[in-house]
Amino acid sequence: MSDAPNLTATIELTATIEKLARDDRGRLLSGLIANLSNFDLAEEALATAFESALIHWRRSGIPDNPQGWLLRVARRKAIDHIRRKSRFQDYHPELARLAHEDEMDANQTASEIPDRRLELIFTCCHPALDAKSRVALTLRTLGGLTTAEIARAYLDKETTMGQRLTRAKLKIETAKIPFEVPGREHWAERLGSVLSVIYLIFNEGYSASSGDAALRRELCEEAIYLVRLLDQLCPDEPEIMGLLSLMLTTHARRNARQSAAGTTIGLADQDRGLWDNLMVQDGLAVLDRAMALAVPGAYQIKAAISALHGSASVSARTDWDQIALLYARLLHYEPTAVVRLNRAVATAQTGNIDQALDEIDQLATELKDYQPLYAARAEFLARKGDVSAAIQAYDNAILRTGNLSDREFLKSRRAQLLN
Amino acid sequence: MQYIALIYSTPGEGPQPETPEWGPFMQGYMDATEVYKKDGVMVAGEPLHGTDQATSVRVRGGKTETMDGPFAETKEALGGFYIFDCDNLDAAIKYAAMIPTAAYGTIEVRPIMDMSGAS
Repeated sequence: MSDAPNLTATIELTATIEKLARDDRGRLLSGLIANLSNFDLAEEALATAFESALIHWRRSGIPDNPQGWLLRVARRKAIDHIRRKSRFQDYHPELARLAHEDEMDANQTASEIPDRRLELIFTCCHPALDAKSRVALTLRTLGGLTTAEIARAYLDKETTMGQRLTRAKLKIETAKIPFEVPGREHWAERLGSVLSVIYLIFNEGYSASSGDAALRRELCEEAIYLVRLLDQLCPDEPEIMGLLSLMLTTHARRNARQSAAGTTIGLADQDRGLWDNLMVQDGLAVLDRAMALAVPGAYQIKAAISALHGSASVSARTDWDQIALLYARLLHYEPTAVVRLNRAVATAQTGNIDQALDEIDQLATELKDYQPLYAARAEFLARKGDVSAAIQAYDNAILRTGNLSDREFLKSRRAQLLN
Repeated sequence: MQYIALIYSTPGEGPQPETPEWGPFMQGYMDATEVYKKDGVMVAGEPLHGTDQATSVRVRGGKTETMDGPFAETKEALGGFYIFDCDNLDAAIKYAAMIPTAAYGTIEVRPIMDMSGAS
Protein backbone atom coordinates (compact mmCIF):
# COMPACT_ATOMS: atom_id res chain seq x y z
CA MET A 1 0.00 0.00 0.00
CA SER A 2 2.91 2.28 0.66
CA ASP A 3 3.47 2.39 -3.10
CA ALA A 4 0.38 4.49 -3.76
CA PRO A 5 1.70 7.90 -2.66
CA ASN A 6 4.93 7.08 -4.46
CA LEU A 7 3.09 6.47 -7.68
CA THR A 8 1.20 9.75 -7.34
CA ALA A 9 4.47 11.54 -6.67
CA THR A 10 6.04 9.97 -9.75
CA ILE A 11 3.11 10.98 -11.92
CA GLU A 12 3.27 14.52 -10.56
CA LEU A 13 7.00 14.66 -11.07
CA THR A 14 6.72 13.42 -14.64
CA ALA A 15 4.02 16.01 -15.33
CA THR A 16 6.19 18.79 -13.88
CA ILE A 17 9.15 17.77 -15.98
CA GLU A 18 7.02 17.50 -19.11
CA LYS A 19 5.65 20.97 -18.45
CA LEU A 20 9.15 22.34 -17.99
CA ALA A 21 10.25 20.66 -21.20
CA ARG A 22 7.35 22.23 -23.05
CA ASP A 23 7.44 25.72 -21.54
CA ASP A 24 11.09 26.29 -20.78
CA ARG A 25 13.14 24.12 -23.11
CA GLY A 26 13.58 26.80 -25.78
CA ARG A 27 14.62 29.40 -23.28
CA LEU A 28 17.05 27.11 -21.44
CA LEU A 29 18.49 25.88 -24.73
CA SER A 30 18.98 29.44 -25.97
CA GLY A 31 20.91 30.30 -22.80
CA LEU A 32 23.07 27.20 -23.14
CA ILE A 33 23.83 27.83 -26.81
CA ALA A 34 24.84 31.39 -25.91
CA ASN A 35 27.17 29.94 -23.26
CA LEU A 36 28.60 27.04 -25.21
CA SER A 37 28.50 28.32 -28.82
CA ASN A 38 27.64 24.76 -29.78
CA PHE A 39 24.13 23.65 -30.70
CA ASP A 40 24.70 19.91 -30.41
CA LEU A 41 26.49 20.10 -27.09
CA ALA A 42 23.78 22.38 -25.70
CA GLU A 43 20.99 20.06 -26.86
CA GLU A 44 22.69 16.97 -25.48
CA ALA A 45 23.53 18.60 -22.18
CA LEU A 46 19.98 19.83 -21.71
CA ALA A 47 18.53 16.42 -22.55
CA THR A 48 20.85 14.84 -19.97
CA ALA A 49 19.84 17.46 -17.41
CA PHE A 50 16.17 16.58 -17.91
CA GLU A 51 17.01 12.90 -17.43
CA SER A 52 18.92 13.67 -14.24
CA ALA A 53 16.00 15.72 -12.97
CA LEU A 54 13.77 12.68 -13.11
CA ILE A 55 16.17 10.73 -10.91
CA HIS A 56 17.26 13.47 -8.50
CA TRP A 57 13.93 15.16 -7.97
CA ARG A 58 12.31 11.84 -7.14
CA ARG A 59 14.80 11.46 -4.31
CA SER A 60 15.10 14.99 -3.02
CA GLY A 61 11.97 16.70 -4.30
CA ILE A 62 11.48 19.39 -6.91
CA PRO A 63 13.89 22.27 -6.25
CA ASP A 64 12.61 25.80 -5.63
CA ASN A 65 14.03 26.93 -8.92
CA PRO A 66 13.75 24.00 -11.32
CA GLN A 67 14.78 26.05 -14.39
CA GLY A 68 17.95 27.23 -12.66
CA TRP A 69 18.65 23.67 -11.54
CA LEU A 70 18.31 22.37 -15.11
CA LEU A 71 20.50 25.11 -16.53
CA ARG A 72 23.22 24.52 -13.95
CA VAL A 73 23.19 20.76 -14.35
CA ALA A 74 23.23 21.06 -18.15
CA ARG A 75 26.15 23.46 -18.00
CA ARG A 76 28.09 21.12 -15.72
CA LYS A 77 27.39 18.21 -18.05
CA ALA A 78 28.76 20.29 -20.89
CA ILE A 79 31.87 21.24 -18.88
CA ASP A 80 32.44 17.55 -18.12
CA HIS A 81 32.05 16.73 -21.78
CA ILE A 82 34.57 19.39 -22.88
CA ARG A 83 37.01 18.25 -20.19
CA ARG A 84 36.78 14.62 -21.22
CA LYS A 85 37.36 15.46 -24.83
CA SER A 86 40.32 17.75 -24.33
CA ARG A 87 43.85 16.62 -23.58
CA PHE A 88 44.35 17.64 -20.01
CA GLN A 89 47.48 19.69 -20.59
CA ASP A 90 45.51 22.00 -22.89
CA TYR A 91 44.58 25.27 -21.34
CA HIS A 92 40.90 25.87 -21.88
CA PRO A 93 39.83 29.48 -21.44
CA GLU A 94 36.33 28.27 -22.35
CA LEU A 95 36.20 26.01 -19.31
CA ALA A 96 37.36 28.75 -16.99
CA ARG A 97 34.69 31.07 -18.36
CA LEU A 98 31.96 28.46 -18.06
CA ALA A 99 32.95 27.56 -14.51
CA HIS A 100 32.89 31.24 -13.61
CA GLU A 101 29.45 31.74 -15.09
CA ASP A 102 28.34 28.67 -13.24
CA GLU A 103 29.30 30.26 -9.92
CA MET A 104 27.73 33.56 -10.85
CA ASP A 105 24.42 31.96 -11.72
CA ALA A 106 24.23 29.63 -8.75
CA ASN A 107 21.57 31.67 -6.98
CA GLN A 108 19.71 32.93 -9.98
CA THR A 109 15.93 32.78 -9.80
CA ALA A 110 13.91 31.56 -12.77
CA SER A 111 13.10 35.04 -14.04
CA GLU A 112 16.74 36.07 -13.88
CA ILE A 113 17.86 33.33 -16.24
CA PRO A 114 18.77 35.28 -19.36
CA ASP A 115 16.42 34.76 -22.26
CA ARG A 116 18.42 34.36 -25.48
CA ARG A 117 15.60 33.07 -27.66
CA LEU A 118 15.59 36.15 -29.86
CA GLU A 119 19.25 35.58 -30.73
CA LEU A 120 18.40 31.93 -31.31
CA ILE A 121 15.56 32.77 -33.71
CA PHE A 122 17.74 35.11 -35.73
CA THR A 123 20.55 32.56 -35.88
CA CYS A 124 18.27 29.71 -36.95
CA CYS A 125 16.68 31.91 -39.63
CA HIS A 126 19.96 33.36 -40.91
CA PRO A 127 19.80 33.86 -44.68
CA ALA A 128 23.17 32.10 -45.04
CA LEU A 129 21.31 28.84 -44.28
CA ASP A 130 19.10 27.29 -46.91
CA ALA A 131 15.36 27.81 -46.52
CA LYS A 132 14.42 24.28 -45.53
CA SER A 133 17.19 24.10 -42.95
CA ARG A 134 15.99 27.35 -41.40
CA VAL A 135 12.53 25.88 -40.99
CA ALA A 136 13.83 22.61 -39.56
CA LEU A 137 16.27 24.27 -37.18
CA THR A 138 13.65 26.70 -35.89
CA LEU A 139 11.15 23.90 -35.27
CA ARG A 140 13.81 21.80 -33.58
CA THR A 141 15.31 24.40 -31.25
CA LEU A 142 12.46 26.81 -30.53
CA GLY A 143 9.45 24.71 -31.31
CA GLY A 144 8.77 21.52 -29.48
CA LEU A 145 9.27 19.19 -32.42
CA THR A 146 11.61 16.23 -32.54
CA THR A 147 13.69 15.44 -35.61
CA ALA A 148 11.33 12.54 -36.35
CA GLU A 149 8.29 14.83 -36.24
CA ILE A 150 9.90 17.43 -38.48
CA ALA A 151 10.85 14.68 -40.92
CA ARG A 152 7.27 13.43 -40.93
CA ALA A 153 5.85 16.91 -41.43
CA TYR A 154 8.10 17.49 -44.44
CA LEU A 155 7.85 13.93 -45.79
CA ASP A 156 11.55 13.34 -45.37
CA LYS A 157 13.31 10.33 -43.95
CA GLU A 158 14.38 10.90 -40.37
CA THR A 159 18.02 10.30 -41.29
CA THR A 160 17.79 12.85 -44.13
CA MET A 161 16.29 15.42 -41.78
CA GLY A 162 18.91 14.59 -39.15
CA GLN A 163 21.67 15.18 -41.68
CA ARG A 164 20.08 18.44 -42.75
CA LEU A 165 20.05 19.65 -39.15
CA THR A 166 23.63 18.50 -38.60
CA ARG A 167 24.81 20.32 -41.74
CA ALA A 168 23.07 23.52 -40.70
CA LYS A 169 24.53 23.40 -37.19
CA LEU A 170 27.96 22.70 -38.62
CA LYS A 171 27.70 25.74 -40.87
CA ILE A 172 26.65 27.95 -37.96
CA GLU A 173 29.73 26.79 -36.10
CA THR A 174 32.28 26.66 -38.91
CA ALA A 175 31.32 29.77 -40.83
CA LYS A 176 30.63 31.47 -37.48
CA ILE A 177 27.11 32.71 -37.98
CA PRO A 178 26.86 35.04 -34.99
CA PHE A 179 24.50 34.37 -32.10
CA GLU A 180 23.10 37.86 -31.90
CA VAL A 181 20.21 40.11 -32.78
CA PRO A 182 21.06 41.97 -36.01
CA GLY A 183 21.68 45.68 -35.91
CA ARG A 184 19.42 48.40 -37.27
CA GLU A 185 20.86 48.40 -40.79
CA HIS A 186 20.04 44.73 -41.37
CA TRP A 187 16.97 44.57 -39.19
CA ALA A 188 14.32 44.70 -41.92
CA GLU A 189 15.98 42.06 -44.09
CA ARG A 190 16.73 39.71 -41.22
CA LEU A 191 13.32 40.10 -39.62
CA GLY A 192 11.85 39.38 -43.05
CA SER A 193 13.77 36.11 -43.12
CA VAL A 194 12.49 35.15 -39.65
CA LEU A 195 8.89 35.98 -40.53
CA SER A 196 9.04 34.09 -43.80
CA VAL A 197 10.35 30.99 -42.00
CA ILE A 198 7.45 31.14 -39.56
CA TYR A 199 4.96 31.76 -42.36
CA LEU A 200 6.39 28.77 -44.26
CA ILE A 201 5.83 26.59 -41.20
CA PHE A 202 2.25 27.84 -40.95
CA ASN A 203 1.53 27.32 -44.62
CA GLU A 204 2.98 23.85 -44.57
CA GLY A 205 0.53 23.05 -41.81
CA TYR A 206 -2.34 24.89 -43.44
CA SER A 207 -2.10 23.73 -47.00
CA ALA A 208 0.06 20.62 -46.97
CA SER A 209 -0.81 18.51 -49.96
CA SER A 210 -0.60 15.35 -47.93
CA GLY A 211 0.36 13.98 -44.55
CA ASP A 212 -1.11 13.54 -41.14
CA ALA A 213 -3.87 16.01 -40.20
CA ALA A 214 -2.98 16.23 -36.50
CA LEU A 215 0.63 16.95 -37.30
CA ARG A 216 -0.38 19.65 -39.77
CA ARG A 217 -2.49 21.34 -37.12
CA GLU A 218 0.46 21.13 -34.78
CA LEU A 219 2.61 22.96 -37.34
CA CYS A 220 0.08 25.81 -37.49
CA GLU A 221 0.04 26.02 -33.73
CA GLU A 222 3.84 25.96 -33.58
CA ALA A 223 3.95 28.84 -36.05
CA ILE A 224 1.47 30.84 -33.97
CA TYR A 225 3.46 30.07 -30.83
CA LEU A 226 6.68 31.23 -32.53
CA VAL A 227 5.29 34.50 -33.81
CA ARG A 228 3.68 35.22 -30.42
CA LEU A 229 7.04 34.62 -28.84
CA LEU A 230 8.64 36.97 -31.35
CA ASP A 231 5.97 39.56 -30.59
CA GLN A 232 6.82 39.35 -26.88
CA LEU A 233 10.54 39.52 -27.49
CA CYS A 234 10.38 42.51 -29.84
CA PRO A 235 7.26 44.47 -29.09
CA ASP A 236 6.09 47.29 -31.37
CA GLU A 237 7.14 45.57 -34.61
CA PRO A 238 4.00 45.99 -36.73
CA GLU A 239 4.95 43.30 -39.25
CA ILE A 240 5.30 40.70 -36.50
CA MET A 241 1.81 41.64 -35.34
CA GLY A 242 0.63 41.56 -38.94
CA LEU A 243 1.81 37.99 -39.36
CA LEU A 244 0.35 36.96 -36.00
CA SER A 245 -3.00 38.48 -36.90
CA LEU A 246 -2.96 36.85 -40.34
CA MET A 247 -2.28 33.42 -38.88
CA LEU A 248 -4.89 33.78 -36.14
CA THR A 249 -7.73 34.82 -38.43
CA THR A 250 -6.75 32.09 -40.91
CA HIS A 251 -6.34 29.34 -38.33
CA ALA A 252 -9.68 30.34 -36.80
CA ARG A 253 -11.33 28.80 -39.86
CA ARG A 254 -9.62 25.42 -39.44
CA ASN A 255 -12.79 23.52 -38.41
CA ALA A 256 -14.83 24.89 -41.31
CA ARG A 257 -12.38 24.29 -44.14
CA GLN A 258 -13.07 20.65 -44.76
CA SER A 259 -16.19 18.54 -44.89
CA ALA A 260 -16.46 15.36 -42.84
CA ALA A 261 -15.44 13.50 -46.01
CA GLY A 262 -12.29 15.62 -46.26
CA THR A 263 -13.31 17.81 -49.18
CA THR A 264 -12.08 21.42 -49.13
CA ILE A 265 -14.87 23.92 -48.48
CA GLY A 266 -14.38 27.32 -50.11
CA LEU A 267 -14.58 30.44 -47.97
CA ALA A 268 -18.00 31.38 -49.40
CA ASP A 269 -19.57 28.06 -48.42
CA GLN A 270 -18.03 27.61 -45.00
CA ASP A 271 -20.27 27.33 -41.96
CA ARG A 272 -19.26 30.49 -40.13
CA GLY A 273 -20.60 29.02 -36.93
CA LEU A 274 -17.62 26.66 -37.01
CA TRP A 275 -15.13 29.51 -37.02
CA ASP A 276 -13.22 30.01 -33.81
CA ASN A 277 -14.64 33.39 -32.93
CA LEU A 278 -12.35 34.01 -30.00
CA MET A 279 -9.36 33.48 -32.23
CA VAL A 280 -10.81 35.82 -34.88
CA GLN A 281 -11.30 38.51 -32.21
CA ASP A 282 -7.77 37.95 -30.96
CA GLY A 283 -6.47 38.34 -34.51
CA LEU A 284 -8.44 41.55 -35.07
CA ALA A 285 -7.17 43.02 -31.79
CA VAL A 286 -3.56 42.27 -32.77
CA LEU A 287 -4.13 43.92 -36.15
CA ASP A 288 -5.52 47.03 -34.45
CA ARG A 289 -2.40 47.17 -32.33
CA ALA A 290 -0.26 46.94 -35.49
CA MET A 291 -2.21 49.58 -37.42
CA ALA A 292 -1.89 52.00 -34.50
CA LEU A 293 1.86 52.09 -35.17
CA ALA A 294 1.16 53.40 -38.69
CA VAL A 295 4.01 51.59 -40.46
CA PRO A 296 2.33 49.49 -43.14
CA GLY A 297 3.79 46.29 -44.54
CA ALA A 298 2.92 43.20 -46.53
CA TYR A 299 1.87 40.97 -43.61
CA GLN A 300 -0.37 43.68 -42.19
CA ILE A 301 -2.11 44.03 -45.55
CA LYS A 302 -2.57 40.26 -45.80
CA ALA A 303 -3.88 40.28 -42.24
CA ALA A 304 -6.32 43.05 -43.13
CA ILE A 305 -7.58 41.01 -46.09
CA SER A 306 -8.00 37.95 -43.91
CA ALA A 307 -9.73 40.10 -41.28
CA LEU A 308 -12.24 41.39 -43.84
CA HIS A 309 -13.08 37.79 -44.72
CA GLY A 310 -13.24 36.81 -41.09
CA SER A 311 -15.39 39.65 -39.85
CA ALA A 312 -18.19 39.35 -42.42
CA SER A 313 -21.09 37.60 -40.70
CA VAL A 314 -22.21 36.06 -43.98
CA SER A 315 -20.18 35.53 -47.12
CA ALA A 316 -22.39 37.88 -49.17
CA ARG A 317 -21.48 40.78 -46.86
CA THR A 318 -17.75 40.47 -47.55
CA ASP A 319 -16.32 43.86 -48.48
CA TRP A 320 -14.80 42.91 -51.84
CA ASP A 321 -14.13 46.52 -52.91
CA GLN A 322 -11.92 46.97 -49.89
CA ILE A 323 -10.24 43.60 -50.49
CA ALA A 324 -9.49 44.48 -54.13
CA LEU A 325 -7.93 47.75 -52.96
CA LEU A 326 -5.81 45.96 -50.38
CA TYR A 327 -4.51 43.52 -53.00
CA ALA A 328 -3.62 46.49 -55.18
CA ARG A 329 -1.63 47.89 -52.25
CA LEU A 330 -0.03 44.53 -51.60
CA LEU A 331 1.27 44.63 -55.17
CA HIS A 332 3.59 47.48 -54.15
CA TYR A 333 5.31 45.17 -51.67
CA GLU A 334 5.00 41.92 -53.58
CA PRO A 335 4.64 42.52 -57.31
CA THR A 336 4.00 38.86 -58.06
CA ALA A 337 1.67 37.06 -60.41
CA VAL A 338 -0.05 35.31 -57.50
CA VAL A 339 -0.96 38.63 -55.88
CA ARG A 340 -2.28 39.88 -59.23
CA LEU A 341 -4.39 36.74 -59.51
CA ASN A 342 -5.83 37.36 -56.05
CA ARG A 343 -6.60 40.93 -56.98
CA ALA A 344 -8.36 39.66 -60.10
CA VAL A 345 -10.46 37.31 -57.97
CA ALA A 346 -11.47 40.19 -55.72
CA THR A 347 -12.25 42.32 -58.78
CA ALA A 348 -14.55 39.59 -60.08
CA GLN A 349 -16.35 39.51 -56.75
CA THR A 350 -17.07 43.22 -57.06
CA GLY A 351 -18.90 42.40 -60.29
CA ASN A 352 -16.23 43.08 -62.91
CA ILE A 353 -15.98 39.54 -64.20
CA ASP A 354 -14.75 40.49 -67.69
CA GLN A 355 -11.96 42.63 -66.28
CA ALA A 356 -10.95 39.79 -63.96
CA LEU A 357 -10.91 37.24 -66.79
CA ASP A 358 -8.73 39.59 -68.85
CA GLU A 359 -6.25 39.84 -66.02
CA ILE A 360 -6.28 36.06 -65.50
CA ASP A 361 -5.55 35.50 -69.19
CA GLN A 362 -2.57 37.84 -68.96
CA LEU A 363 -1.20 35.69 -66.13
CA ALA A 364 -1.80 32.40 -67.92
CA THR A 365 1.79 31.91 -69.11
CA GLU A 366 3.45 32.88 -65.88
CA LEU A 367 1.14 30.73 -63.76
CA LYS A 368 0.61 27.95 -66.24
CA ASP A 369 0.96 25.23 -63.58
CA TYR A 370 -0.84 27.05 -60.80
CA GLN A 371 -4.07 25.28 -59.91
CA PRO A 372 -5.87 28.31 -58.38
CA LEU A 373 -5.58 30.19 -61.69
CA TYR A 374 -7.64 27.55 -63.50
CA ALA A 375 -10.06 27.19 -60.60
CA ALA A 376 -10.69 30.94 -60.59
CA ARG A 377 -11.06 31.01 -64.35
CA ALA A 378 -13.52 28.12 -64.22
CA GLU A 379 -15.55 29.83 -61.53
CA PHE A 380 -15.86 33.09 -63.47
CA LEU A 381 -16.57 31.43 -66.81
CA ALA A 382 -19.33 29.45 -65.11
CA ARG A 383 -20.81 32.65 -63.70
CA LYS A 384 -20.86 34.09 -67.20
CA GLY A 385 -22.69 30.98 -68.34
CA ASP A 386 -19.86 29.70 -70.56
CA VAL A 387 -20.27 26.12 -69.33
CA SER A 388 -18.03 24.29 -71.80
CA ALA A 389 -15.08 26.66 -71.27
CA ALA A 390 -15.63 26.45 -67.50
CA ILE A 391 -15.56 22.66 -67.59
CA GLN A 392 -12.34 22.73 -69.55
CA ALA A 393 -10.83 25.09 -66.97
CA TYR A 394 -11.95 22.79 -64.12
CA ASP A 395 -10.28 19.89 -65.91
CA ASN A 396 -7.08 21.92 -66.10
CA ALA A 397 -7.32 22.77 -62.40
CA ILE A 398 -8.00 19.16 -61.39
CA LEU A 399 -5.00 18.06 -63.42
CA ARG A 400 -2.77 20.39 -61.41
CA THR A 401 -3.76 19.64 -57.86
CA GLY A 402 -1.82 17.15 -55.75
CA ASN A 403 -4.12 17.69 -52.80
CA LEU A 404 -6.91 15.14 -52.45
CA SER A 405 -9.40 17.40 -50.66
CA ASP A 406 -8.88 20.19 -53.20
CA ARG A 407 -9.40 17.72 -56.02
CA GLU A 408 -12.69 16.56 -54.51
CA PHE A 409 -13.77 20.20 -54.20
CA LEU A 410 -12.98 20.96 -57.83
CA LYS A 411 -14.68 17.79 -59.04
CA SER A 412 -17.87 18.64 -57.18
CA ARG A 413 -17.89 22.17 -58.67
CA ARG A 414 -17.43 20.67 -62.11
CA ALA A 415 -20.23 18.16 -61.51
CA GLN A 416 -22.60 20.97 -60.47
CA LEU A 417 -22.15 22.57 -63.89
CA LEU A 418 -23.28 19.42 -65.66
CA ASN A 419 -26.59 19.30 -63.78
CA MET B 1 38.32 34.28 -38.00
CA GLN B 2 39.41 34.54 -41.64
CA TYR B 3 37.15 34.50 -44.65
CA ILE B 4 37.97 34.51 -48.33
CA ALA B 5 35.69 36.47 -50.62
CA LEU B 6 35.89 34.97 -54.10
CA ILE B 7 34.80 37.43 -56.75
CA TYR B 8 32.88 35.81 -59.61
CA SER B 9 31.47 37.51 -62.67
CA THR B 10 30.68 36.80 -66.28
CA PRO B 11 33.45 38.18 -68.52
CA GLY B 12 32.06 41.00 -70.63
CA GLU B 13 29.37 41.93 -68.11
CA GLY B 14 29.58 44.97 -65.87
CA PRO B 15 31.91 47.97 -66.43
CA GLN B 16 34.58 47.32 -69.06
CA PRO B 17 38.04 48.94 -69.47
CA GLU B 18 38.13 52.04 -71.67
CA THR B 19 34.49 52.92 -70.99
CA PRO B 20 33.34 55.88 -68.87
CA GLU B 21 32.09 53.44 -66.20
CA TRP B 22 35.51 51.91 -65.67
CA GLY B 23 37.06 54.77 -63.68
CA PRO B 24 34.36 55.00 -61.00
CA PHE B 25 34.30 51.19 -60.83
CA MET B 26 38.03 50.99 -60.08
CA GLN B 27 37.65 53.87 -57.64
CA GLY B 28 34.99 51.73 -55.93
CA TYR B 29 37.58 49.00 -55.42
CA MET B 30 40.07 51.48 -54.01
CA ASP B 31 37.47 52.92 -51.64
CA ALA B 32 36.44 49.46 -50.44
CA THR B 33 40.06 48.46 -49.87
CA GLU B 34 40.54 51.67 -47.85
CA VAL B 35 37.60 50.72 -45.61
CA TYR B 36 39.01 47.21 -45.09
CA LYS B 37 42.37 48.65 -44.08
CA LYS B 38 40.84 51.30 -41.85
CA ASP B 39 38.67 48.67 -40.10
CA GLY B 40 41.68 46.40 -39.70
CA VAL B 41 40.12 43.44 -41.50
CA MET B 42 42.27 43.40 -44.67
CA VAL B 43 44.54 40.38 -44.87
CA ALA B 44 44.99 40.23 -48.64
CA GLY B 45 43.23 41.06 -51.85
CA GLU B 46 44.30 40.70 -55.47
CA PRO B 47 42.71 40.86 -58.89
CA LEU B 48 43.42 38.02 -61.32
CA HIS B 49 44.13 38.07 -65.04
CA GLY B 50 41.36 36.63 -67.19
CA THR B 51 40.69 32.93 -67.66
CA ASP B 52 42.26 33.19 -71.14
CA GLN B 53 45.55 33.50 -69.25
CA ALA B 54 44.85 30.45 -67.10
CA THR B 55 46.83 27.24 -67.19
CA SER B 56 45.54 24.08 -65.55
CA VAL B 57 48.02 21.63 -64.15
CA ARG B 58 47.58 18.11 -62.86
CA VAL B 59 49.85 15.20 -62.08
CA ARG B 60 48.73 11.77 -63.23
CA GLY B 61 50.91 8.70 -62.79
CA GLY B 62 53.78 10.92 -61.77
CA LYS B 63 53.54 12.88 -65.01
CA THR B 64 52.70 16.56 -65.09
CA GLU B 65 49.90 17.38 -67.52
CA THR B 66 49.54 21.02 -68.50
CA MET B 67 46.49 22.42 -70.25
CA ASP B 68 45.42 25.80 -71.50
CA GLY B 69 42.39 27.32 -69.83
CA PRO B 70 40.56 27.21 -66.52
CA PHE B 71 39.75 24.01 -64.63
CA ALA B 72 36.00 24.43 -64.89
CA GLU B 73 34.29 25.79 -67.99
CA THR B 74 31.62 27.99 -66.46
CA LYS B 75 29.96 31.20 -67.51
CA GLU B 76 31.08 32.98 -64.37
CA ALA B 77 34.81 33.17 -63.76
CA LEU B 78 36.89 33.89 -60.69
CA GLY B 79 38.21 37.42 -61.15
CA GLY B 80 39.92 38.09 -57.85
CA PHE B 81 39.67 37.72 -54.10
CA TYR B 82 39.95 39.35 -50.73
CA ILE B 83 40.82 37.74 -47.44
CA PHE B 84 39.22 39.36 -44.40
CA ASP B 85 39.97 38.79 -40.76
CA CYS B 86 36.78 39.65 -38.91
CA ASP B 87 34.53 38.54 -36.06
CA ASN B 88 31.89 36.51 -37.78
CA LEU B 89 29.99 35.72 -40.96
CA ASP B 90 27.78 38.81 -40.69
CA ALA B 91 30.86 41.03 -40.69
CA ALA B 92 32.33 39.11 -43.64
CA ILE B 93 29.05 39.49 -45.54
CA LYS B 94 29.04 43.22 -44.83
CA TYR B 95 32.56 43.63 -46.27
CA ALA B 96 31.86 41.31 -49.20
CA ALA B 97 28.83 43.41 -50.13
CA MET B 98 31.14 46.45 -50.50
CA ILE B 99 33.04 44.80 -53.37
CA PRO B 100 31.90 46.67 -56.50
CA THR B 101 31.53 43.45 -58.50
CA ALA B 102 28.83 42.33 -56.02
CA ALA B 103 26.49 44.67 -57.91
CA TYR B 104 26.45 42.45 -61.00
CA GLY B 105 28.44 39.29 -60.21
CA THR B 106 28.49 37.07 -57.14
CA ILE B 107 30.84 37.06 -54.18
CA GLU B 108 31.31 33.65 -52.60
CA VAL B 109 32.30 33.92 -48.95
CA ARG B 110 34.04 30.91 -47.44
CA PRO B 111 35.57 30.50 -43.98
CA ILE B 112 39.27 29.69 -44.13
CA MET B 113 40.32 26.64 -42.15
CA ASP B 114 42.49 27.46 -39.22
CA MET B 115 45.43 25.07 -39.42
CA SER B 116 47.52 26.88 -36.81
CA GLY B 117 46.62 24.32 -34.13
CA ALA B 118 47.33 21.30 -36.34
CA SER B 119 50.43 19.30 -35.63
